[in-house]
Amino acid sequence: MRTTYLLSEISQDSKIFGGKATALMRLQEAGFRLPATLCISTEAYKQFISGSSIKEKIQLELHRKKFSDMRWEEIWDAALRIRNLFLRQRMQVELAREISNALEKNFAGNSLVVRSSAPEEDAAATSFAGLHESFVNIRGTEPILEHVKLVWASLWSDRALLYRQELDLDFAKSSMAVVVQELVAGEVSGVTFSINPTDATEGVVEAVYGLNQGLVDGAVEPDRWIFHRKEASIKEHYTPQREKFMAPQGDDVILTGLPENKSLQAPLSPEEAVAIYRKAKKIENVFGKPQDVEWTKVGNDFFILQSRPVTAGQDGDKDDKRGWYLSLQRSEDNLKKLRIKIEQEHFPAMKKEAAELAKIDLRSLSDKGLAGELENRLQVKEKWTAIYWEDFIPFAHGMRLFGKLYNDTVSPEDPFEFVELLSNVPLLSKNRNKALRKIGTYVQQRPDLQHAIAAGGAGAINDAEFNRLMEGFISLYGDPFCGTYGDRTCDVSRDELVSVIMQMAGNSTTEKKSQIGKEANKAELESTFLKISKEGGKRARAEGLLDLARTSYRFRDDDNIVLGRIEEQFFRALEEGRQRLKKRHVDGAAHLTARDVLRSLVDKRYKLSGTKAKETPAKQENQHIKARQLLGQPAGPGISRGRARVIDSARDLALFKKGEVLVCDAVEPNMTFIVPLAAGVIERRGGMLIHGAIIAREYGIACVTGVPNAATLIHTGDEVTVDGYLGIVTVGQLDKTISLPGVGK
Amino acid sequence: MTNKKQLQREIAELLLSQKLAVLATQSSEVFPYASLIAFAATDDLHKIVFSTPKATRKFANIKHNPKVSLLIDDRSNNAKDFHDAKAVTVLGAVERIDIDASQKELASLYLSKHPYLEDFLRSPSTAFIIISVWSYYLVSRFQEVMELHIHDENDIPAF
Repeated sequence: MRTTYLLSEISQDSKIFGGKATALMRLQEAGFRLPATLCISTEAYKQFISGSSIKEKIQLELHRKKFSDMRWEEIWDAALRIRNLFLRQRMQVELAREISNALEKNFAGNSLVVRSSAPEEDAAATSFAGLHESFVNIRGTEPILEHVKLVWASLWSDRALLYRQELDLDFAKSSMAVVVQELVAGEVSGVTFSINPTDATEGVVEAVYGLNQGLVDGAVEPDRWIFHRKEASIKEHYTPQREKFMAPQGDDVILTGLPENKSLQAPLSPEEAVAIYRKAKKIENVFGKPQDVEWTKVGNDFFILQSRPVTAGQDGDKDDKRGWYLSLQRSEDNLKKLRIKIEQEHFPAMKKEAAELAKIDLRSLSDKGLAGELENRLQVKEKWTAIYWEDFIPFAHGMRLFGKLYNDTVSPEDPFEFVELLSNVPLLSKNRNKALRKIGTYVQQRPDLQHAIAAGGAGAINDAEFNRLMEGFISLYGDPFCGTYGDRTCDVSRDELVSVIMQMAGNSTTEKKSQIGKEANKAELESTFLKISKEGGKRARAEGLLDLARTSYRFRDDDNIVLGRIEEQFFRALEEGRQRLKKRHVDGAAHLTARDVLRSLVDKRYKLSGTKAKETPAKQENQHIKARQLLGQPAGPGISRGRARVIDSARDLALFKKGEVLVCDAVEPNMTFIVPLAAGVIERRGGMLIHGAIIAREYGIACVTGVPNAATLIHTGDEVTVDGYLGIVTVGQLDKTISLPGVGK
Repeated sequence: MTNKKQLQREIAELLLSQKLAVLATQSSEVFPYASLIAFAATDDLHKIVFSTPKATRKFANIKHNPKVSLLIDDRSNNAKDFHDAKAVTVLGAVERIDIDASQKELASLYLSKHPYLEDFLRSPSTAFIIISVWSYYLVSRFQEVMELHIHDENDIPAF
């Protein structure tokens, strides 16, 4: 069956040609000027899918767990795996031949744009920008076929999946058509809304120099004209700081500085703005609905690139977190700016603030002074938590951006191979663990000291060197037990820290073993990646993005550790307040919230609100139901087995024994020091690039994340097998005669 | 059904038409243990292969006792199954547990039937199991049972 058509040959059937293609066809019929366009129907997608195992692989990927239980990170991970399936699957010869012939006949080697044309896009509800991918400035038959596959894959992008879930689009019936257009590199491009999505009496024209890509992904701020919709006259003109523009270069599209004469001049004259607004109104008449029109201007002529119905409230209601999730996807330019902000401002400031707080002697403060300090620390903690969500978390997208580029360049068998290039860097967690091990070795060499610790706790030790080492550690890294869980005081936690240190002694082998071979492999992967990038003339971008991703990876750990120190300082003040209230015989002082503590400190007659600090919910135990095999994500390759240690409180951390399997809701920043002791890591929170997974991978420890209810279905003492290759956790005793790869018998 | 070739063909068709089989193994506590597996059979019906993670019960059972039974059927969960469905019971023994993918031909036979299990099969924590079949028992028309013997019982290798 035929798959590739000229625009003049297609029907209005959006199921076959998709919303974008059918809209373009109508515009062409109505006499608007368009770039030369080919349409690859959904039939091509169906042929590609049905001739391969992709269909079932996608289903397997999406049914790993209930879709509604998947965190945004997990959806992203699944989408990356699916994307790789498309990259690695060759197009059938017949299909490739038909598309290639049409491309060669109609475009003769010109630069092209490959756009999605999804059948659902004609429905107003799904018609928002950027749900699926488009690629600009692609040249040559092979690369175009590759990008057609990537457009198909974008039917399963994280964005698409997030929205398709709600739209209840049937996964199995999903399909995608593709539009291939000649790249018209106008001097000015833009988007026109015949109706302003936020005000029905207005219309909007946005314009930038160069290509539209800068405007669409937010890298270039446009000039903005607000129109009186009825009169089609200009109401206001907002001028941005014009600094950059997007231009095709080689096989790429890059952001470049704008020459000064242009930066002082609006990309459109008022007359031109009116002309393109009127055009959009005419297009609205063609479709009978307000339109969002993308265009580019060559000489005095406007080429229409695409048109779709305007939709309001694209990010959903306020409770809908998807808009926020999608805002985590930052452009390279945006991430570079974020990096500077984080490296030069946030991180040093956060470290400084934690260190300053640690200097204050809380015991010397008056009750009023302590209340003030607690209030201050609460605010500091809230401030940094907000910055963490606002800037640090989006910065993690640097890893993802690189991952996509790496996979596009290398198309590796393992879609997460790129993480190898990022790993093995000096992380704060690893330095902290090294420091702990050093103290451990010191204790291990001194049996007297061990006895003294066992007998009287760490507080009663008079070994000066030991105390010096401990103080040095705490002043550099803080006490990871203090503040992690509300049920321990910081003094008690000191003993617990020492008990972990004892475990750490002589544990250097795990780390060293895991490093051998890793470095060599990393160097080899890096050189292959950069070599291929060089061939495509994209080496500079590849190197830049790799560097950005490495920073992003490192901060995933470092920001957590320092935020942990801030939280510790807050907790120390809270703890001091609770102690003082306890001495005053205030009821339930040990569990009071920060608000209650600081009010009670200054006002002796203050009546407690009765709200207690959150306690961990009681475990649901059912003796007749037992989990045998649980499915999560394979977040750290390897297989291991051991007794489970479920972490509910700091006490559990302190009891952790070398060779046990760490089972937790999430590996908190202050828990990572346990990881090198663990045989395996099981986490409820899902994702391949989350903090816990990164740490486990650094130590070469088998890790499965995203196991729903891991911490309630698995009990301390259960024998568990962690299969980090397949993402499977098996609970229960195994036949000891069965040897697992990498597990000692 | 009277002729061996016809019986062989009918069994082969059934095996080819089905992707999943019920596998029965026996634990050290002597309980039979049934599992659903994705299988493939060789054209000559001599071998049936499947894959499993090594941390599973069925794998432990096989290590303990290589004798297994399988059930493969084409039922559709309708009343017509009583006259229309076919089921074949297989007896055999695990002749090899392949951990290094040395059985390339059998592995590619398996993957051509289950291409979506490629990553699963390649995982270092997965074992590829090769069953040497001793006999088939084909049940059709509600109660008609025909036997096809591939090996003598004495041929079954001892573990």
